[in-house]
Amino acid sequence: MGRLGRWVSEHVVLFVGVLVLLYLFLPIFFVVLMSFNDPTSRLAYEFQGFTWDNWLSPCAPFGLCDSVVRSLQIGLLATLGATALGTLMAFALVRHRFRGRSTTNLLIFLPMATPEVVLGSSLLALFTGAGLSGQLGFWSILIAHIMFCLSFVVVTVKARLSGLDARYEQAAMDLYANEWQTFWRVTFPLVFPGILAAALLAFSLSFDDFIVTNFNHGNTITFPMFVWGSAQRGIPPQVNVVGTVMFLLALLLVLSSGLLRRRRTR
Amino acid sequence: MSALTEAEATTGGGGPQPGRRRTRRWTGYLLLLPGALWLLLFFAVPTMQLVATSLYDPNGSLDTGYAMTWSWTNYLDAISTYREPFLRSFLYAGSATVLALLLGYPLAYAIAFKAGRWKNLMLVLVIAPFFTSFLVRTLAWKSILSDNGFVVDALQAVGLLGADGRLLATGVAVVTGLTYNFLPFMVLPLYASLEKIDPRLVEAGSDLYAGAVTSFRTITLPLSMPGVVAGTLLTFIPSAGDYINTRLLGTPQQYTIGNVIDNTFLVQLDFPIAAALSVSLMVAVVLLVLVYVRRAGTEKLV
Repeated sequence: MGRLGRWVSEHVVLFVGVLVLLYLFLPIFFVVLMSFNDPTSRLAYEFQGFTWDNWLSPCAPFGLCDSVVRSLQIGLLATLGATALGTLMAFALVRHRFRGRSTTNLLIFLPMATPEVVLGSSLLALFTGAGLSGQLGFWSILIAHIMFCLSFVVVTVKARLSGLDARYEQAAMDLYANEWQTFWRVTFPLVFPGILAAALLAFSLSFDDFIVTNFNHGNTITFPMFVWGSAQRGIPPQVNVVGTVMFLLALLLVLSSGLLRRRRTR
Repeated sequence: MSALTEAEATTGGGGPQPGRRRTRRWTGYLLLLPGALWLLLFFAVPTMQLVATSLYDPNGSLDTGYAMTWSWTNYLDAISTYREPFLRSFLYAGSATVLALLLGYPLAYAIAFKAGRWKNLMLVLVIAPFFTSFLVRTLAWKSILSDNGFVVDALQAVGLLGADGRLLATGVAVVTGLTYNFLPFMVLPLYASLEKIDPRLVEAGSDLYAGAVTSFRTITLPLSMPGVVAGTLLTFIPSAGDYINTRLLGTPQQYTIGNVIDNTFLVQLDFPIAAALSVSLMVAVVLLVLVYVRRAGTEKLV
């Protein structure tokens, strides 16, 4: 029993793990499949026939491509804002002494521990209370996205920064680099992968957000808002084209950065 | 940059002038200020505004304006009216969390200990589904669980589902979607804490005649508890407030408190009651999290 039992238990876990991965990928297969769907009725969610049309005319459904562009704009600006503010905060937390550290940590932690529906509705309460409910749109979405991305950026950059060996910087100073040179030639390049990871995380959080946006979007339609709105009227199959392209682009990005890292370590 | 200050002190490279030292003391605050202000203005202040809104006179309206009347009864009204969706939120979120733990643990364990050179690939595959829109993936479940889909067919064939039974528009579909959507949040912290375990501890256990089950129960599982706590929280909190899965995969019979808050704020425009519901959800989640973290004994988490 011993050897056989061990072999089985060793491979059972791996087998179960692969099954769970398949569960994670099942919807992706369907997104790709449905991007080639030729639906006979608008409210059909089953695969009914193969066509290239959706890929040839991805912008055919009214407003779809506009919403993707809007989401990209908001995503890029929110990423810039959250990454800048969050990186500064991470440096302050790891490299500086100041009063109110635990309050600051709480302020960073709480937005991550609050359900999105609460974040969204409290911002709506604020904007409405300030008499701005008629002007909600691009700017209010941007403010909200920077807010909920910020904490994730701080946590990601902080992890990288606190894992950094301070002796690199000491060595640079020993070699007569001044603070500015040390920062830009030693510290920043070493922290950069963390900042990049944080930026990617922020972008995907912003691009994908529905719940917070739904409370503060006014008449501005982002991609998730477009999908939500058309879910009642019937989803155009082109939505799955966008989903597939997003998936492929991101996968390409991750795989190429992995290859780059491997080449560099070699 | 206190490390830099220390470095300078140890190298003795020209003592810092008093003026520079003073600016350095303020650098921390300066770096912190923009982000902290943003969180204060757009997280802390709105939360207070939400609490204030929940105490407004429920007879007001957006057009006529609301008066602050400290109407604590808003909370009683809100909770007694919407007790069912409230409980359902926690039931669905709890089931999804337990399922995600049951599915996520073997996956995280396999990546940490059994994947060998496939480890990085498997990690990428865990995160990869994230790259497609949340809503589009959830809609894909609608196709997967549809009445003529292969899942329903298979379940009907083995008799687990009646001939006219369906999965879509049931709680099962909602929990499946929730489990799926938040599973990576479970797997990643689990993997992080499993990966830190020194394999020699398990070897030592088996040298002392512990079987696979015993060494898992007494060594691996206790050491992975920080990951279990972090993973369950990261799964439970977003699923408790989620209303995308209930809306897309369920019917109004499955609606949870998220749907109610959304509807009360944006359709009924009944701000005081909606705010009271929102605050109640936040308080309930925070209380549950505190009790749970206390029980699980991982205080370092926060």
